[in-house]
Amino acid sequence: MTLLEVRQYSKSFVLHQTERVIPAFQDLTFGLNPGEFLLVAGPNGAGKSTLLRALYRTYRPTSGEALYSSAYGPVDLASAADIDIMRLRREEMGMVSQFLRPRPRVSALELVAEPLLEAGEEHAMERAEGFLDAFGLKRDLWAAYPTTFSGGEQQKVNLARALIRPSRLLFLDEPTASLDRQARAALLSRLAELKAGGTAFMGVFHHPEDVAELIDRTLQLAAFLPGNEETMGEGADHVA
Amino acid sequence: MTVTSSNSPSHSHGADIKVVPLQAPRLTTEAPILTARGVSRQFGAVTALKDVDVTLYPREVLGIVGESGSGKSTLLRMLNLEDQPDSGDYTLSLPEYAGQNLFTLTRFERRQLRVRHIGIVYQNPYLGLRMKNSSSGNVAERLVLAGERTFATLREAGKVSLAASEFPLTRMDDPPIQLSGGMQQRVQLAKAIALRPALLLLDEPTTGLDVSVQALVLDTLRRLRRERGMAMIVVSHDLGVIRTLADRVMVMRHGQVLEHGLVDQVLDDPQHPYTQQLVHAKL
Repeated sequence: MTLLEVRQYSKSFVLHQTERVIPAFQDLTFGLNPGEFLLVAGPNGAGKSTLLRALYRTYRPTSGEALYSSAYGPVDLASAADIDIMRLRREEMGMVSQFLRPRPRVSALELVAEPLLEAGEEHAMERAEGFLDAFGLKRDLWAAYPTTFSGGEQQKVNLARALIRPSRLLFLDEPTASLDRQARAALLSRLAELKAGGTAFMGVFHHPEDVAELIDRTLQLAAFLPGNEETMGEGADHVA
Repeated sequence: MTVTSSNSPSHSHGADIKVVPLQAPRLTTEAPILTARGVSRQFGAVTALKDVDVTLYPREVLGIVGESGSGKSTLLRMLNLEDQPDSGDYTLSLPEYAGQNLFTLTRFERRQLRVRHIGIVYQNPYLGLRMKNSSSGNVAERLVLAGERTFATLREAGKVSLAASEFPLTRMDDPPIQLSGGMQQRVQLAKAIALRPALLLLDEPTTGLDVSVQALVLDTLRRLRRERGMAMIVVSHDLGVIRTLADRVMVMRHGQVLEHGLVDQVLDDPQHPYTQQLVHAKL
């Protein structure tokens, strides 16, 4: 059974001040099964990250539907009420982005434990310690505030936080950028563990070879240039 | 900017391109804790609020942004039953007020409801506190209004509430006038949550505080929300505060709601021309 069935999905940005329309991607149709890892590939500006965000609903899609089989029944991510999207994000759908949004005076450990605390789960702190340890963040830094961390250290905190709770559907937006070897290995092992547990992934990577062993299929997006809009879309989905 | 991941602009005038419209909630079966419909208020020639709808779900934080004069603080005062609109319906899902339009309550009933079920923190602590009474006394006042008379109980309950607001208990007998701005906000917060209200209203709660103090107060609010599951409405002109605290946001201007949505969506993919200006002015 398909977990996510995306049909004729499109996104354009309308900039009112300059009265411009900036198309990102158009008429994408593809499916995603539980436990499947779909690489979203294409040149810069093909709308890869935008596609993830338009499914996670940080962006509102312009047209199309994305039928998702939630634990509570089928729901269209394009048109679901905000409160329903909030519930899905809390319980079964996650976005792993490149950057941490650290908050002043919140320690690395607290940031990582927060998703577990918010879900009322037990042993949140111990589990958060385990994740930080696996991603190779020095123990001295666990109680420190990530606002002062280097990019690589922040990224470890970010990944630990984003992956500590299992999701049914995870969007990965270049999570391997600026990671050292240990953190990359920890990331791969966590993703493999989640995949074996049935999590489906859609990921954008600068260096897809980092996750080569996880990739099941590739969704190839073409560069979207004005005047050749017909080069986009249907049939872009092919098996790698 | 929202356009970083997109590509070559086309120059067609396409302001008519619409996003996929949203459906009614289907996965969420819980009833909203707060529902306000068609709230309007006119001050002479000035339209303060025009046909405003608000929906707030349990444990949710709703942000309201807008410039001064947008009507956001007026709306908050209406929801706190301090002021009455010219028209509109307002219900809270509280057993003893089920199905009642709270705007039709008498002055006395409104006050009763407010003491029991709504907490508020104002930007200006002088509005919320007696500045020369002790801090613990300020918190206890709420409990006295609700009928508690035993000194020991009052003091203990005051302590619990101040501690939950991360106020240093060594200073609980100091009057707010001797405290820093951040500490005064914590006393207001302690008073607001003393009776474990269903609804917490925050009117520019960190405006005027140092950035580091602001961060601490916001963090306390996040923790309280997690631990007590209170629903909150936070009014602020500061998009950083809204992003940190809110799940959803409403954008107001000239007393009307221009746009509402998930906080990341409204800030990263704003639809209304005014919101686009507001967001880009801040980034």
